[in-house]
Amino acid sequence: MEILETVFVRNSLIVAFAVVGVTIWISYFVAHKLTNGRIHGSAIAIALGLIAAYFGGKATGGSTGVADITLLGGIGLMGGGMMRDFAIVATAFGVKLGELKKAGIAGVISIFAGVIVSFIVGAVVAILYGHTDPVAVTTIGAGAVTYIVGPVTGSALGASSDIIALSVAAGLIKSILVMIGTPMVAKAIGLNNPQSAMVFGGLMGTTSGVAAGLAATDPKLVPYGAMTATFYTGVGCLLGPSILFIIVNALL
Amino acid sequence: MIVYGVALLSACLILGMLIGEVLGIALAVEANVGGVGIAMLFLVLTSNSDKFKALVEGASGMGIQFWSAMYIPIVVAMAARQNVVAAFEGGMLAVVAGVAAVVVSFALVPVISKIGRSDIGTEENQ
Repeated sequence: MEILETVFVRNSLIVAFAVVGVTIWISYFVAHKLTNGRIHGSAIAIALGLIAAYFGGKATGGSTGVADITLLGGIGLMGGGMMRDFAIVATAFGVKLGELKKAGIAGVISIFAGVIVSFIVGAVVAILYGHTDPVAVTTIGAGAVTYIVGPVTGSALGASSDIIALSVAAGLIKSILVMIGTPMVAKAIGLNNPQSAMVFGGLMGTTSGVAAGLAATDPKLVPYGAMTATFYTGVGCLLGPSILFIIVNALL
Repeated sequence: MIVYGVALLSACLILGMLIGEVLGIALAVEANVGGVGIAMLFLVLTSNSDKFKALVEGASGMGIQFWSAMYIPIVVAMAARQNVVAAFEGGMLAVVAGVAAVVVSFALVPVISKIGRSDIGTEENQ
């Protein structure tokens, strides 16, 4: 057992490659045999990842899912921000400039519309649940933008730590739901071409959610959605503690 | 050489991240503004340009394609390291806020996609 642990820990990233590879193999097998290809293999793999993250978090009490389990620590590196961004940029290889230009204006509109709409929805829900403090309402609204915008806005405004935790939770729920829900609604919302993928990325904004949601829908759309999504958090951090807080403060 | 493509990809990411950080500071925002998106633009520009042909064709291109193909496995690992427990321990307010934001945003996708289409005219036959 000790030998096993030594080898696994010393080669954590390699273990992660193997574990993820087996997970994807199982997922594609299930997708083909049990759902007849109706559900994309990567959608199943992502769902399995999230379920594993839940049990990993429950078992260890940590904040990074299965990566807190000693033997699977490499998952943390493999699925961390550095590798994610590196692979996302690589998906842009082969993208034609013309496709990006076509959705240019709609893409920019979608980023601002996405931040403002998610903020309003989050803020209204906070008010419905009885919050009246403008700082709390703004922080929770910002959390519905992304789980990064929430704490950035909250700490800028001096929100209490339980409100900030709440905003992070709202952002995490959003991210997870985008991962799982995107392939289900893709057809209904016309998510089948580079232009709508750019609008989708701008509206959803959560980089992890968009990255996983589009991968499970159609990997060809990933670079377009990811391109706009990466501007979203920056715009959210810009608007949250400034204009949006001023408006909330004036209204409450 | 495969490493040329990998190095080009790395250079694009680092350059994009640097610009994103500078943008963040310029806007007084505690975040990297569009670093990854800017990096993607660099990669699109270089892979569409004749000057960088040696870095994106043949074996060099395979160095980039490998990482592009590793995207889904990396996303699966990313899903496995999310703080799913915290997401559900936030209580009903967090769940309702998160779900409502997603539902409304989903509904807006076809609306804003339409704006884009009328902007570029009807050159495309739908």
